[in-house]
Formats: sequence, structure tokens, C-alpha cells
Amino acid sequence: MQIIGETKGVPLLRVEDLHVSYNTPTGLVRAVSGVSFELGREKLGIVGESGSGKSQTGRAILGLTAGAQVRANRLEFEGTDLLNASQRTMRDIRGRCISMIMQDPKYSLNPVMTVGSQIEEAFLVHSKSSKREARERTLEMLRAVKIRAPERVYKAYPHEVSGGMGQRIMIAMMMIPKPAIIIADEPTSALDVTVQLQVLAVLDDMIIERGMGLIFISHDLNLIASFCDRILIMYGGKVVEQCLAAELDQARHPYTQGLLNCLPSLEGGQDDLPVLQRDPAWLATPGTTQ
Amino acid sequence: MIDIRGLDVFFGHGKRTFHAVRDVSFSIDRGQSFGLVGESGSGKTTVLRALAGLLDRVARVSGKMAVAQEVLLRDRSREFRRRVQMVFQDPFGSLHPRHTVDTIIAEPARVHRLDRINERVVKALEEVGLDASFRFRYPHQISGGQRQRVSIARALITDPEIILLDEPTSALDVSVQAEVLNLLMRLKREHGLTYILVSHNLAVIAHMCETLSVMQNGAVVETMSVQQLRDHTPDMPYTRQLLTASLGYDRAAIDAFEEFA
Repeated sequence: MQIIGETKGVPLLRVEDLHVSYNTPTGLVRAVSGVSFELGREKLGIVGESGSGKSQTGRAILGLTAGAQVRANRLEFEGTDLLNASQRTMRDIRGRCISMIMQDPKYSLNPVMTVGSQIEEAFLVHSKSSKREARERTLEMLRAVKIRAPERVYKAYPHEVSGGMGQRIMIAMMMIPKPAIIIADEPTSALDVTVQLQVLAVLDDMIIERGMGLIFISHDLNLIASFCDRILIMYGGKVVEQCLAAELDQARHPYTQGLLNCLPSLEGGQDDLPVLQRDPAWLATPGTTQ
Repeated sequence: MIDIRGLDVFFGHGKRTFHAVRDVSFSIDRGQSFGLVGESGSGKTTVLRALAGLLDRVARVSGKMAVAQEVLLRDRSREFRRRVQMVFQDPFGSLHPRHTVDTIIAEPARVHRLDRINERVVKALEEVGLDASFRFRYPHQISGGQRQRVSIARALITDPEIILLDEPTSALDVSVQAEVLNLLMRLKREHGLTYILVSHNLAVIAHMCETLSVMQNGAVVETMSVQQLRDHTPDMPYTRQLLTASLGYDRAAIDAFEEFA
């Protein structure tokens, strides 16, 4: 199905030694320090706890880190340098080549625009089409994300739809310019578990059908392990380990093992959960264990 | 210890009435942990708030509730308010931002006119694993996990018998969640506490509770032992689907999902 492990041919995205830091009144905060990875036509999961730098990594790719100092040896989308690209080029890349699904549809959709006109806008920005074609494509897209009454939802405002439907609308909006890469930052964390899986299934089907690359950012280890092909585990701005999703249970880094162990399980007893002991050395050692 | 019979909760009036909790009954023995699980809007938090007496001014509550043989009236007794404490979901919203940890923890003790408040605050902090240096900090100066410990200390200070836990770890990272769950288990053993734990996370419920009720659309779908949950043998299709969904992403299983309305 998907390429596992090594990415076949030319990767869509190449990130080498990415650093993101912020100047704050209390000193320099290194949100991301030295992250490298490649993305092919696959589902790559980035997992970590809050403050691990996983979201900042995703945002840096799209140049959405206002006020930050971003540097990297390489940050390339199909050979285009994203780091030194002009604002004009970046505007062209955002949405059309790489787009991003945010966490909460309640805050990421425009509350005063109908669903239809928001999705149409995403389409029209990147193509010279008529309003009529945009409408047709939008309805088609709403059907593709399994919305049962596309005509009704087209005319609805974001507050009139449920959370799960809101997130499907976000997916429709991000997919309509046919990007090659989708970055999804906790796209389903605000949703109930069954709805979450249904939304992911929609995303999964589209990614496989169109041969896209997905960066899936989440704090949920189990979800990432079951949904993605490959996983990067981040801690303190660094990638501490990378592995195939199917082999997460054989993870070697003590942080990854610690995270896995401290999850309560359905089958487990009521004994105390092992508590993660953080080792300062994890932050000191650069690079990754493979 | 806790007995609830035929609990109904209605919000709003006339045509706009919303029936949030429908004929919910359960009873819990002393020293037990009881789980309420369900998706958002299923009414699990509303049951907890109805029991705590937090809804009597904003909703119509009917049914019989008793705690330790005391039948609960619309205005709860002082003894009930000492005996039953609550820990809320959001550690950012449930602590007063301009009160110090000391003030926050001492408040219930002052309300109940307890003696030796100073001593009690120090002891409560110690019990939740925070050292004395936290006492005069403000909520914004401590982490989410530490805030949740403060909430638990605030609940402990009246020496309660029952603690109502509303998603106590869902806002926390998993490593911090493990610490807070361990703390709750230890306090339960040491103080013989009775818990009602509301959560959407089946694994957390399986870890903490002996019995659980699954709620959907305001009604209890199924009540079962934790063993039944661990064996993956719930009786109702809704619960089975919830269980399947909580096991992770499985493309084939998702196509078989049904709508339960």
C-alpha cells in the first residue's frame, strides 16, 4: 500500500537540521532544535507531549511561525527552498502544494462566512475558474468527505454544524486545491472517539487515492501507531526516536518506552502505573536512535 | 454509600425543554470507584453536577438521591457539602487566578469553620505530593498537573468520604496523567474514599473503577463490571462500538460503525 520506512524516489519534503527559536523576555526559547526527516507519499506521525515542538515543526514548514527565528540546512518541498522563498512563492505553496488542518473547527472556520463560500474561496485563490465551477467542485468535495446533505451544509454557517462535520469541512477546504502534502495538527483531538475515527477514515481514503503525503501531529500514541506508517517521537524540541508505526512496541528510547508504559490499559489491573522518569541526558544527546 | 433512583434533569422551559438526563439509577458501595463513561453530550457530567447539587438553580432535577442514608434535599446540608467534594476537568479554569494556592486550599476549611486550618493546608499539600514551596504561588506559576494536585488538595481538606471526579486527567499529558491517577488511587486506599469518575477514556475507567455505566443521549445504556470491559464482552452494541473505537484506527471496523440515536 504505502511506502514503509525508506521513502521511495524523490521525497516530497526534506527537512534537515531544523531549528525554531523565540526571543522572550526571559531568554531564548528553543522550540525545535535540530529536527531532520523526509516525507514521501506516506502517513508520517509526529508524536510528543505538550511543549515537545511537534506543532512548531509543522508550522515552520509552512512559514507560520511569526516572530520566530527559523533556520535549517535544508527545508525543501520538491526542490523548492521554503526557507528563502519569497512571500509570493509561499502564498502560492500554502494551500496549493502544502496545506494544514488545524485542531479545532470551532476556531479555524470563519464564523461569518457560509461553509460553501469558505471552501470556494480556497479553490478560487488557486485556480482561475468560474464561480459556477467552484460551486460544483465544492459540492463534489463535500460529498467526498461523506457529508450527507451537501446542499444544506453548503449554505450553513460553521456554528450550525457539529464538531465532526466541522472537521470534515476543514478537510474538504484543505483538499480542494489538491495539495501534495497535508499537515494535520491534532485534527481530531476535539472529537469523540467514534467520530474521530470516521473523520480519519475520510482523510485516509483521500490520501491513498491521491497519493499524497501526510504529516499527522498528535499526542495520542495509540492513535498514531494505528493510523500512520512511520512515527517520529519528539521530546524537548528533538526527535528522540523514529520507527515504523507497527514496531512502536519495540521502541528502544527510554522516553518512548516510558510514554507507552504510563498509559492505562483496558486489560491492565489497578496497580500503580509506571511513572515516566525524565533523564536530562535526553535533551543533551543530539540526533536519533534508529 | 450513594444511591440514585430515577434521576431526570431538564434544562430550559416549555417547548425548548431539553431532557439531559433520562431515568438514571445506580448505587455505589463505600470505598468503591464507579465510572460514568460516554461521548460528549451523553449527560455524564450532568449526573455528577446534579448529585453535587450544582444544578438546582439552573435546571429541573427530579428523582431520589441519597448519600450515606441521608436523603438529599434541594438545599444540601452542611454535612453533605463537607462529605462530598468535587474535582473539575479544567485545571486552568477551576482555580481562582488571583488567589494563592494557600487561599484556594484553605477556602473550604474556612467555609466549614474547621479548626487548625494552617496545619490542614500543609497536610493536604503534603498528601498530594506538593512541597511547602507551592503554598504561596499563584495558579499561573505552576503546571497543569500541579494545578490538578491543588484541586485534589482542596477537595481533601474537608476530610470528605466521596470525591466526584469530572475528567480529572483529560487536559493532561499522558505522563502527568499517570502521576495523577496513581495519586488518586493512593488517596482512595489511605482514606477509604468513594469515587465517581466521569471520563470519555475507557482505559482510564478500566484502570480506576470496579463498576461502570455507559451513557448515551442522557440515558444509561449499560451497567457492567470492569471485568466485562477488560474481557471486551459488553452486552450492548453501542458499548461494543465504543470499545472498538477506543482500540485505535482500524479502517475495516470504521465502515461497520452504526449511528446510535
